[in-house]
Order: sequence, then C-alpha cells, then structure tokens
Amino acid sequence: MESKKEIKQPLLEISNLFASTENLTILKGVNIKINSGEIHAIMGRNGCGKSTLSKIIAGHPSYEITNGKIELCGTDIEPLEPEERAQSGIFLGFQYPIEIPGVSNLEFLRVATNARRKFLKKSELDTFEFEDLVKEKLDIVKMDSAFLSRSINQGFSGGEKKRNEILQMALLEPKIAILDETDSGLDIDALRIVASGIKKIANENSGIILITHYQRLLDEIKPDFVHVMADGKIIKTGDNTLALELEKNGYDWTDEFINKN
Amino acid sequence: MVNENLVDNIVSEPYKYGFVTEIESEKISKGINEDIVRLISSKKNEPEYLLNFRLNAFKKWKELQEPDWADLGYEKIDYQDIIYYSAPKQKDKIKSLDEVDPKLLETFDKLGIPLTEQKRLTNVAVDAVFDSVSIATTFKEQLAEHGVIFCSISEAIKDHSDLIEKYLGSVIPASDNYFAALNSAVFSDGSFVYIPKNVTCPMDLSSYFRINSGDSGQFERTLIIAEEGSSVSYLEGCTAPMFDTNTLHAAVVELIALDDASIKYSTVQNWYAGNEQGVGGIFNFVTKRGKCIGKRSKISWSQVETGSAITWKYPSCILIGEESIGEFYSVALTNNLQQADTGTKMIHIGPRTKSTIVSKGISAGHSSNSYRGLVKIGSQAKGARNYSQCDSMLIGDKAAANTFPYIQSQQPHSEVEHEASTCRISEDQLFYLQSRGIEFEEAVSMMVSGFCRDVFNQLPMEFAAEADKLLSLKLEGSVG
Repeated sequence: MESKKEIKQPLLEISNLFASTENLTILKGVNIKINSGEIHAIMGRNGCGKSTLSKIIAGHPSYEITNGKIELCGTDIEPLEPEERAQSGIFLGFQYPIEIPGVSNLEFLRVATNARRKFLKKSELDTFEFEDLVKEKLDIVKMDSAFLSRSINQGFSGGEKKRNEILQMALLEPKIAILDETDSGLDIDALRIVASGIKKIANENSGIILITHYQRLLDEIKPDFVHVMADGKIIKTGDNTLALELEKNGYDWTDEFINKN
Repeated sequence: MVNENLVDNIVSEPYKYGFVTEIESEKISKGINEDIVRLISSKKNEPEYLLNFRLNAFKKWKELQEPDWADLGYEKIDYQDIIYYSAPKQKDKIKSLDEVDPKLLETFDKLGIPLTEQKRLTNVAVDAVFDSVSIATTFKEQLAEHGVIFCSISEAIKDHSDLIEKYLGSVIPASDNYFAALNSAVFSDGSFVYIPKNVTCPMDLSSYFRINSGDSGQFERTLIIAEEGSSVSYLEGCTAPMFDTNTLHAAVVELIALDDASIKYSTVQNWYAGNEQGVGGIFNFVTKRGKCIGKRSKISWSQVETGSAITWKYPSCILIGEESIGEFYSVALTNNLQQADTGTKMIHIGPRTKSTIVSKGISAGHSSNSYRGLVKIGSQAKGARNYSQCDSMLIGDKAAANTFPYIQSQQPHSEVEHEASTCRISEDQLFYLQSRGIEFEEAVSMMVSGFCRDVFNQLPMEFAAEADKLLSLKLEGSVG
C-alpha cells in the first residue's frame, strides 16, 4: 500500500461547472472530486441535472460548458472528443442504452476494447484473443454468448441492455465510470446481477459515480460519498447515511433549498 | 445541433479519381445526325447489318421522348452539344500491350487496374475502356484455352459476327427506351463475353470504364452470353475526372443465360458525382437487363452505386425458363446534391420462377435517393415467387429517400412479398459508439456497413472489401 503515502491526485475533479443546452442553463456550479478507489452516489429529483452532468462528462455534443472545468487526472477534458474521453478512461453507462441495427455486438465490443487498449499502449486483440477475453467477462454479468452475435442492444430486454453496459465497463476497464440510473427498470434479480458485476469491476485504481433515485442499488453497493443535487448544483454531501435519510424523508426539502435561493 | 456540421464534413470526401490524362484524342465534331451515326460505323469498319442496326436505332430515338417519370430534376440535356466519338490516338493496329501509349497504361495503374503482364491482377481478367475505345483486354489467350471469348465488342463484331448478329439487341431492343435507342445508334465500345457449354469461367472477368474527355459522352455496350450449363462472374468499375460540366453516360448491358447457366454481374459505380454545390458530375442513364431464357438459369445483379450526379438505372431480369432465378442486390449512396432513381424489374414469365430483391439506399447531404422496382408475374408463371426488401437510411435531416414498388400479378398461384424500412443515423447512436472510444468516422462507417451487410455478402470477396472501403471513403471527412 505504498500509494497511500503519496499525495492523492483526484481522478476526476469538477470545479464550478456551468453548462447549458439550447440556451437553457442546466448546471449551475457543480463541484465534485473523486479519488481512486472511491464510489460516489449522486441523487436527486428528476430534472435536477444528474443525467446532464453525466452526459457532459462523456462529451455529449448537445451541451455546452459555459464556465468551470472537468479534469481527468489533472487534464482538462473539455477539448477532447467523446471518443478521446472514452479512450482515456471515462465510461458512461447509459440510462437508456441505444439500439444500433446491423452492427454486431461482438464487433462493437472488440473495436471499443481495442480503441481503449491502443490508448493504453497495449496490443490490439485479434478476433480469437478477443473472444477469449469477452467470454471471461460475460460471467461477470451472467450473460450468454448468444448476445454477442446480435446487433447492438437490438431486441434486448431492459435488463439485458443494462447488463450489456456493465459488460462494456468490464472490457474497457475505465478510470472513472459514471453509471446513469443503471438500476432503473430492473427487477430485483437483474439488479443483483448488475450490482455484483459493478462490485467485481470496482478496484482501488478507479472511481465510480452511481446516479440513482433509489436506495436499493446503494444497499447492494455501499457508496463512500452521497451527493444530493438540486437545480443544477450539489446542495449536500454526506456519507452513506445521507442516502438512508433521503429514503426516509424524500426530496421535498431540496425544493425548499431551491426556493430559498 | 453541433454534430451536424461534423456529419456534413464527413460525407464530403474529395473524389480520388478526378484527374485528367493529357492525351491526344481523335474526336469527331459535336452533335448527332445520320451522318455521325454512319461515321462512327465506318470508323469501326462495321458490317452492313450493324450499320442498319444503328440507323434503325437512330430513327427510333428521334421518335422517342426523353423519359420524365423518374424522381430526378436536371437541366435539359443538349444532345447536339455532345461529342459521340472520342478515342485516344494510337497506332492503327496494336499487337501487344507494349504498343499501348504508356500514358494510358499509367492512367489505369493510377486507378488501381494495372494492365501490364508484370503487374496485372492475377485472378481477374480485365477489359479496359478509355472514352470510346477498349485499350486492352488481359488474359485473352488463357481464357481462349477454355473456349471463353472475352474481348471488346468492336473485336467481337469483327471476329464473332454470328453471335453478335444473333444476340445484340435481343434483350434490349433499340426501341426499348430513349437512352437505349441513343446507345444503339452511337455505341462505341464495350465488352463481349461468351462462355461455351458446360464451362465454368476459370477466373472473374471485369471491365473498367474510364471517361477522360469532358465533352464527349460515353456509350458503351456489353453483351454476355452464357451457354447451357456454364457460369461466369463479371465485375464492372467506373470512374471519371472532375469537370464542371455534366457528361452523359448511356450504357446498355445485355445478359443471356441458357439452360442451367448462371451469370453474376457486379458493379461498383464511382463516376464523378459533381461538387458540393451540385456542379458537374456524370449523368448516368443506363439500361441493364438479363434474359433467363434457359430452364433453371440464373442471373444475379449486384451493384454499389456511389457516384454520378444523376443515376437512372434498373438492372432487370426477364425470367422465361422454368425455375429460372433473378436476383438484384443494390447499395446506392447519394450525398451532396446527387440524385439516384434506381431499382429493378423482375418479369416472371415461366412457371416456378423466383426472384429476390434487396435494396439499400443511403442518402446524405441534400441528396435524393429513390428505389423504383417492378415485380410482374405473368399468367403462365404458376408457382412464381418474389421477395423484396427495400431499406433506406438517412444521414442528416436534409436528405430524401423514396420507395416506389410496383407489383402486378396475373397469376393467382404465386407469392409476392415486400418489406420496406427507413432509418436515420441519429446523433444518439453516434454518441453511443463514440462514448465507447470509437472514432466518429468509424462509427458512421460501422453503421453504414452494418446496414449494407446483406448486399456486401453477395459481392465477390475482393469487391466486397473494395465496396466497403469506397463507402467509408465517401462518408469520410477531410478531417486530419
């Protein structure tokens, strides 16, 4: 554990972030710092800016940063294209994974994995090497290899789509993974599979942001920090007990916070 | 949307074959009349029957109207402003490739079609056509050992007159349509293929058409005859330099398959498409048709259409022989201000004839891309079956896609199935792939390839790779 002696540089640091889309300001000064090995949860009502925050980190072209910055390991990522962000280790697990007809899931996973490996200066995997790797990772999310030959997310059930997201996370080994409502639309069994998958992938060199409405995911994965978002800002940060408090008292108090400001 | 500019960039790859070869050409004067038709025929020392064929066609052409039913808009073509014969100046009789003007060989080298013995493709025989004439045909002798005739149509007119007289115009009569009539009157060169009985052609055959001159039209004519039990795979490629005027290309291709014969005809069409403002580019009005005369014969068209300002093209099959099979697999990509109206006709005449149509149209920029197809089941075609699938993909929100399927059946014991779909490459799909580390351009090309897979699977292997690359190129930006 030598690393503990070093001064920790945060993996992801977001400072005073303002962002807008179509002239509508959505983020109004977000601050958050994530160190390696940490799991953060961001909670809040619909429309508070949680999903926008995740898309902005991943580089969605519909949003514009108007102030502040996002740094990955000390580097400002604003000039980077979405693919460059992904290659350098940012992963966004989509709330609604996109269907892409005609493109095989296997081919997609291989191209994506190799793009990340190329960035890490690791050798690119050929079809056979990749199949070995992907089979190993399929176990993490208890997926059948039949998924690989289908088109990306096409005809997948809600649970299968989310598991496919976690499979991608397992293959890409990101530095920072933002999982946007990965628990939504899952039954309890699927939730357990997804949660146990995330836990298996989590490690001390990477960070995870869980965006969620519900306590039930956090029962499975204990976050180190819980942030409450309202009106485009983080209004409260606490430990795991904050989530339990929210579960008990709801979000009404956050409205008061907005009204006061 | 921010990404839209990116999409625009990506679909405007500069045309790589736009160079002009500086070569002295023999051209006749502009315009068309009976004397011009006679002049072309005399330049080629043609027999009487062919001159009559031409004159007859010219008469028909004057009576016909230029078709206006296609979903195409273009300025009226001035047929008197076109040169109908242009040939690079060469020695009169060329005995071997060594005597061909090095500039011409160089041109084909640059296009990736080397012709000289040292460099030529080892598994494909090539007939190279430059403006109005065939420059060279490779592997002629080797093919002759199998009885296969592969030569320019001008040579065939001299050396295989019996076959020409019997089959020329037998699938597409001169009176068929306006452009076919024009071609029949003034066609200059093209390829001729004859596969004798029970011979499987030992290698793929191909023609490469190059338009070089800006003011002459290209009117080539291809005739392929597959005798009983024979089979052949034929490939066709085309490019042209960038001119800011429009050049007319009106070709005719006729295929004849006898009992148990099979012809596979694949095209990668990459004529110059004009610039982003729609200035220049080839007007491509082509009539292609195959006749499955024999029982259990098969004609399969596959095409990848990426070039031309205007494409008007309906490779078709007339299924006469019992249990004969017609196929049409097409990818048509339009960008900028390109317009394509393309599809097929499957005419079922014989009993238990079958046809399959798979058409994939991709429209980007301000382009318009239409599928137009006819499936006709005649009264004698008991047990005939057709399956059609027409899919359109839109890139950006300024392109248009149309599907015009016509179905006519006079036979109650027949089946016709038609499926159609339209999809759009959405910003969300692109972002999803990008957010996994896949470059924007690769993301687009993955989605386009995926969309075209059913058709690419039908192309000969080297061609499929080439077509995939070509589509990616066409969709790739000048980024980087």
